[in-house]
Amino acid sequence: MGYLISIATFACIWAVLALSLNILTGYAGQVSLGHAAFFGIGAYASAMLTVKAGWSFWPAFVAAILITGVVGGFLGLPSLRVRHDFLVLATMGINFVVIAIFKYVSFFGGALGIIGIKKPALFGWTLRGPWFLALAALYLVLTLWISAYLSRTWAGLALTALREDEDAAEAVGVSVPRFKIYAFAISAALAGGAGSLYAHFLGSVFPDHFAFVESIGIMSMVVFGGIGTLRGPVVGAFILKALPEYLRFVGDYRYAIYGGVLVLMMLFQPQGILGDNSWLWNKIRRRIND
Amino acid sequence: MSLWNILLDTLTQGSIYFLIAVGLTMVYGILKILHIAHAAVYTIGAGVGLAVFKLTGSFWLALIAAMLVSGLVGVIIYRGVYFYMLDQPRIVPLITSVGLFLLIEDLLQKPYLMGPYQHAFPAQEVFPSITLPWGTIPNAQVMILTLTGVALVALYLIFTRTRLGLAWQAAAQDREMAGSVGINLNRAIALNFLLGSALAGAAGVLVGVFYNSVYATMGDVPSYKAFVVIVLGGMGSVTGTLAASFLLAFAETVLLASVGYVLPRDAIAFLVLIFVLMFRPQGLLGR
Repeated sequence: MGYLISIATFACIWAVLALSLNILTGYAGQVSLGHAAFFGIGAYASAMLTVKAGWSFWPAFVAAILITGVVGGFLGLPSLRVRHDFLVLATMGINFVVIAIFKYVSFFGGALGIIGIKKPALFGWTLRGPWFLALAALYLVLTLWISAYLSRTWAGLALTALREDEDAAEAVGVSVPRFKIYAFAISAALAGGAGSLYAHFLGSVFPDHFAFVESIGIMSMVVFGGIGTLRGPVVGAFILKALPEYLRFVGDYRYAIYGGVLVLMMLFQPQGILGDNSWLWNKIRRRIND
Repeated sequence: MSLWNILLDTLTQGSIYFLIAVGLTMVYGILKILHIAHAAVYTIGAGVGLAVFKLTGSFWLALIAAMLVSGLVGVIIYRGVYFYMLDQPRIVPLITSVGLFLLIEDLLQKPYLMGPYQHAFPAQEVFPSITLPWGTIPNAQVMILTLTGVALVALYLIFTRTRLGLAWQAAAQDREMAGSVGINLNRAIALNFLLGSALAGAAGVLVGVFYNSVYATMGDVPSYKAFVVIVLGGMGSVTGTLAASFLLAFAETVLLASVGYVLPRDAIAFLVLIFVLMFRPQGLLGR
């Protein structure tokens, strides 16, 4: 039972990561393969604030979200100059540099990481097991709500506009630079919160947890489920995160699966299994409508 | 570090970067695809080379086998995957390529292929070391420099003296136009992948012998760094790639020799990449 709860907690955290990348890539069209960097910045911010500065979880959690949001806004700056495939290269580069800094700067604990991160407590109660899962699920619901809210507002429309055609968006008065930075900041902030939860759930953070392969993993969850939708990234994260944790022989091939999923989806179903107009989603909708 | 050592290190590292990056440049020049899975081809080359070397004991057979298999894998990747995405936004083949790289690398790490260990590649003795008045060139470095030189001459001749080279240049300038004047594009692109991937396979063998070590994740570092090289070199220009390979190798060697260890080599290369992308997106040597 404890094992299932911990898998579910991981799935919730990764669903938040997938949804946050979805805001950046699905809504705003800025493809990033460095999302694990934001995850890592949130985890490290929260870990350092609680272990080294002695804060309690709640202010550290909020601070991690804010710090990652601000850093994400700055790291989004390359997107103002480079587009498309070269933005992907730049975000990959950011991921490598951030990990290298965690690994080689002793201030961040170096290769040994940071250990002894406490679980959050509420009124003297330590949240563990199902209670921590409830916290992660609550944060997932909040992320879902923010994503849904964002897609309904004017800002959401602006993001869609810059995804579809930057020049046309600029021409009708959408400030492309501003909304790109917004997208990076919001996406990073949400991922930073997920990082904080991850750090306190695991009790330790190491640079390699946030390496480039993890970025690919998050991207493959978004692409697998259906990019640009709300259901897609969540379903993608639950399947691709929980399955390798649950089934041992699948777990051995986790990264091969992440890679293979990307190749197959791009070849046969680029909109994802549950994206609009995908084979499966059409079937489900027909079934519901009948 | 003496001047001689800096020169030798620059030449060796630069040669390695060039052999890996030139295939990427050729692919990017024609298809505008950032072919990350190229690094997996490089690792496959090293693995095949080592297997054949262990079987036959011949370095030359190993090199030829590695080039053949890598070349074929490159062609299969093109015909089996990229071929279906030529009309899609460039982001689609890029994401596919990242997936392909991760897939192959993870499979290579399984115990029935290369496993998670480093394997020795003891073929250093094939070439003699050369002693010059200024210093000695160790045998592994003689090997890398000689074979890179051969590859350079061959590439130059193919690009400038053959119809195939002409077809590549035409396809790089305008793919549709090249097709409409009667160039067999499929053949030209497939041969482009064949040659570029074969060179990557050769680079895999050379690096394996040079460091006396072949392992499944050896493609990680050079793959991303090869992009630094092609971005510096101005995307798709072979001469630019050549210059950028040696420039990056020189910068890294000098930085490591003078400043010492601040960040790992690769983080430096990536910082350079991000700044070049932001301030000179056409590459240092691009127009």
